[in-house]
Amino acid sequence: MAECVGVDSNTSGHSMDKSITLPPDEIFRNLENAKRFAIDIGGSLTKLAYYSTVQHKVAKVRSFDTTAKEAPNDKLYEISVQEEVTARLHFIKFENAYIETCLDFIKDHLVNTETKVIKATGGGAHKFKELIEKKLGLNVDKEDEMTCLIKGCNFVLKNIPHEAFVYARHADSEFRFQTANPDIFPYLLVNIGSGVSIVKVESEDQFERIGGSSIGGGTFWGLGALLTKTKRFDELLQLASKGQHTNVDMLVKDIYGGSYGCLGLTGDLIASSFGKSATADKEFSKEDMAKSLLHMISNDIGQLACLYAKLHNLSRVYFGGFFIRGHPVTMHTITYSINFFTKGEVQALFLRHEGYLGAIGAFLKGAEEDNPNQYSWGENYAGSSGLMSVSPDMNPMQRARSGTFPFDMLEMDRLERQLVNLPLLQDPSSYIPDTVDLTEDALARDYWLYCFEDALDGVVKRAVASQPDIPEAVVRAEKFRQKYRHKLLTLRHQPFAYGSLTVRSLLDTREHCLNEFNFPDPYSKIKQRENDMALKHYQRTVESLDALSWEDRQFALVSGVLAGNVFDWGAKAVSDVLESDPGFGFEQAKRQLEERPWLVDTYDQWLQRLKGPAHKCALFFVDNSGVDIILGVMPFVRELLSRGTEVVLASNSGPALNDVTNGELQILTERIAAMDPVLQAGLQEDRLTLVQSGSSSPCLDLSRLDKVLAMVVRERQTDLVIIEGMGRAIHTNYYATLSCESLKMAVIKNSWLADRLGGKLFSVVFKYEVPLGKVHHNGATLMLS
Amino acid sequence: MAFNGHQFDDDILDEDGTPSKQLRPDKEMPESAASAGRASSPRRTSNSMSRLRKDSMKKTRPPFPWFGMDIGGTLVKLVYFEPKDITAEEEQEEVDNLKSIRRYLTSNIAYGKTGHRDVHLELQDLTLCGRTGNLHFIRFPTQDLPAFLQMARNKHFSSLHTTLCATGGGAYKFESDFRTMADLQLHKLDELDCLIRGVLYIDSVMSRGLSECYYFENPTDPDHCIQKPYTLENPYPLLLVNIGSGVSILAVYSENNYKRVTGTSLGGGTFLGLCCLLTGCSTFEEALKMASDGESTRVDKLVRDIYGGDYERFGLPGWAVASSFGNMMSKEKRESVSKEDLARATLVTITNNIGSITRMCALNENIERVVFVGNFLRVNTLSMKLLAYAMDYWSKGQLKALFLQHEVQHLSEATPTSMLERAPSPLNAFLCLCVHPGLLWCSRSPAGASPSILTSSKDALLNLLHTPLAL
Repeated sequence: MAECVGVDSNTSGHSMDKSITLPPDEIFRNLENAKRFAIDIGGSLTKLAYYSTVQHKVAKVRSFDTTAKEAPNDKLYEISVQEEVTARLHFIKFENAYIETCLDFIKDHLVNTETKVIKATGGGAHKFKELIEKKLGLNVDKEDEMTCLIKGCNFVLKNIPHEAFVYARHADSEFRFQTANPDIFPYLLVNIGSGVSIVKVESEDQFERIGGSSIGGGTFWGLGALLTKTKRFDELLQLASKGQHTNVDMLVKDIYGGSYGCLGLTGDLIASSFGKSATADKEFSKEDMAKSLLHMISNDIGQLACLYAKLHNLSRVYFGGFFIRGHPVTMHTITYSINFFTKGEVQALFLRHEGYLGAIGAFLKGAEEDNPNQYSWGENYAGSSGLMSVSPDMNPMQRARSGTFPFDMLEMDRLERQLVNLPLLQDPSSYIPDTVDLTEDALARDYWLYCFEDALDGVVKRAVASQPDIPEAVVRAEKFRQKYRHKLLTLRHQPFAYGSLTVRSLLDTREHCLNEFNFPDPYSKIKQRENDMALKHYQRTVESLDALSWEDRQFALVSGVLAGNVFDWGAKAVSDVLESDPGFGFEQAKRQLEERPWLVDTYDQWLQRLKGPAHKCALFFVDNSGVDIILGVMPFVRELLSRGTEVVLASNSGPALNDVTNGELQILTERIAAMDPVLQAGLQEDRLTLVQSGSSSPCLDLSRLDKVLAMVVRERQTDLVIIEGMGRAIHTNYYATLSCESLKMAVIKNSWLADRLGGKLFSVVFKYEVPLGKVHHNGATLMLS
Repeated sequence: MAFNGHQFDDDILDEDGTPSKQLRPDKEMPESAASAGRASSPRRTSNSMSRLRKDSMKKTRPPFPWFGMDIGGTLVKLVYFEPKDITAEEEQEEVDNLKSIRRYLTSNIAYGKTGHRDVHLELQDLTLCGRTGNLHFIRFPTQDLPAFLQMARNKHFSSLHTTLCATGGGAYKFESDFRTMADLQLHKLDELDCLIRGVLYIDSVMSRGLSECYYFENPTDPDHCIQKPYTLENPYPLLLVNIGSGVSILAVYSENNYKRVTGTSLGGGTFLGLCCLLTGCSTFEEALKMASDGESTRVDKLVRDIYGGDYERFGLPGWAVASSFGNMMSKEKRESVSKEDLARATLVTITNNIGSITRMCALNENIERVVFVGNFLRVNTLSMKLLAYAMDYWSKGQLKALFLQHEVQHLSEATPTSMLERAPSPLNAFLCLCVHPGLLWCSRSPAGASPSILTSSKDALLNLLHTPLAL
């Protein structure tokens, strides 16, 4: 029994507020190109979905024609800003009260006339059918609710890392996000609408409603309204959060005086819900009754969910529906119930975008011909509101205080490339890219939020400087500043808004915001200048390396990578130096490095390993442009090639800070190959390959990499992974375990972080690891770090 | 029912002189009693009990006064055996305070402001442990227990060397009060342990003539739904669902091997509690009466209310409840329903939910037979039929819901006060028969205990296991 269906909207107690004016570019964005609409109308909330395209400026690099000999200004390549169209999914959630206003707004701004149909789902879909058809002139095409829900659920689980979380009300961080398991099936979805549906999902298109219950959100609402004369659902929840259920429920200890020991029943357990109201001849407070009702319903649902999970042997149980929808009170009671009934064996999981599942699913049904499932999608942090933001789910009183619009948004960008796991991850299901979870670590969170706020001025300045010929760049940069500052503020209060807060997510959010205001690559000119400069030193660097003895050379190569890595505009300590001393050079950087033994130092093992047979193939995740890639990484790659090791260089697909992009690296490599026969041969013999990572982040998530990269890695039988730089080897992947040998190299360019790791500014991390049980080819078992 | 708590000092001898274990080991802590009971050596069969020699009864007969208590969450039920065959010699010997207790209890029908004796329940000329007398039923609110203890203290109960047999949660809750305030020791009896034995016992006693167990044939067809006897010949495994204030679900694999699978706090107490709040009624009977006159579909949101008919995609029939009380989200509908409708919806909600959880337990435990017992089902054919229907429909005929004859009573026979709380359930009366040595004997007394006596005493014997445990 029991459906996820919503309830009559007239019960929600809203009055239509047509007087509001919508801030157009903040809510229904990119309507001009919108197509493929879908709508999910629930009991009190409407969720609208559409596909649109976004025109963005992107920075492209193009090699000067080298045959012309005469490159203008000695520049290696030219940078051009081009317009690029990318696909984006928009999801907007608002109260049903605004539905007419919203439809009017959409009608007025909709340009695309190809759209003829709007997919609709949810209990309220039939009710608003006529209104939608009249206002938008589109045919309403109803889709099965459960099918949409499951489709939506699969979509977010696959595409949004940190979608699912465990709720722990009294823990340091209330939300504990789950690592994205590449294999999302099978799972149980318990949808608590007015009734409860329990659905077992086995694959993309295979699911079964295995059970349900009529005691659900509607029971809480309906019975609660009768008992307390309180009409609104969220007001009932508020009442409940203030009540004492023990005044109404009969507990085990009310009967036994304590626990019922032989059955392991503790005294505080509820023996009979509402048991006291059956006998005590007195008045009960609204709060207490609401609380008792909440416990009764949550416990009952939790118990049934556990019984079904046990019967079908499922351990992943997600809860959704309007009863849950981000309400801490119900998430807590459901979690409690599941813990109780399974003795902790099953965890109640909730979804960050639970409210959007129906709309996402309905949209996907309508977009089947575009086959959206063949792409990877990424949450756009700039355009999405985030969990527990000022959303319509929130209590109206709270919202009134905050004075913001009751709209909640989710935007997802279609990624150019399909993303998959690095095949060399030891255990993909337990891989966590980030080293520190700032959601849990309050000290670290405070520091990094401050740090990013502090660096904002510099970022704005560089953004403006990157577009010197465009006067309105100043205005855009200011908008960027506001947007990002607002995000930082939100994250200060709701660190969990976009999943676990990490240095990576802070960096990525900044990139998303920059892109949003058309600053696709603020560092393009800096990178260009530094690449040109470094290239001039390449030959000399290689020659001096060649002059060294084998053993000295190995050390010099490592020092070179480390010194090169000091040149990093992403680290504030370094960008300050680079800004004040433009002549800061490679040699100076080498002197900045700490003496051995380094903070983490397994160099001796590495050297020992190099005395053995060559690796089959090395995958190298590179970091910065300029000195780093040209004078640090390339000579190292050259040595590997000389040893007979194939090399795959993985660089970012899109720009992030001064990181070298795949486009730039292509040109750089060609240019270096032109003067270096070793690299030239490598390229020609296909022993040196350039691939893109699929990412545009200064950090690295090894569970979301370009599918091509994964393929190449597998084909080449890669047996060594090298990760360079603070963002990729310290902030992320510091603890990542791989199934092959790995080498993580970084210079810590942040004194706070250095302090945390027990080192100091410019401390070196050199972490060479061999997976457990793997014995070195020449027979010597390597020490593990 | 707990009778006067004298303990057997020796093993009871069977007729042939071989010792057999007494039912419950003496002085055993109640907490361990349940598990020990389960694991203990062969239990007395009804047959061997009947062979008890009369002199052994005399030897083990406890001294007067004979009391039994059931201390529930709300009411204390006290049963008192008044011996009518007192000889002059005895009269002489009877100490003053014993006499005064007897006179006080038997000459009044009200004790203080809240204590009552249910005269209509009184059993006269009952033979118990070789003595003939009347059985009196007294009740008072649990909250007035301190006053009772004070009286016991004033009347020097403790000097009578009596041990009170007590069950119900209050036996645990107030044990120390009994000791400190009145210097009385309680002999506590575990409820669930008794329940299992009771159900098995009642069936063994009854199946020779009438069948105790029955089920509903054609439960999904109201016109052809008939009550049919069912023989529990091979009762195991069995799911036993005890619906009292709350609900306990037990999986029974043999007489001595059972486990509590789960429970729910949504039970009879919830039905009555919600009905009291929603309709202003105050007794179980009132609530049931209203429920039988109401229509739950005005309160509940059905599948057809949402989908216009069946939800075929998932095989959900239109008549199924999609959301209990779901229609009550709407103000207009809240204003249009009657109290009777609300009572009916409450009954249906609680009953269906119990059915649902039971069905899942049966699947998880791989058990096909379910026996529903407990005070909630007394006078409550509505819920029994609902359970029978739900079990059959949702399991596609795989599960059979069984009920016990002794659960049934007609409203007209019911006592006017809250049955749920007082509930001298005949079943529970049997349960104590199985537990207490004195009562075991009673049921097989040479004075002619027969099923007819058993049934006639059914209304009178206190429910030892009264307070149903939930969760």
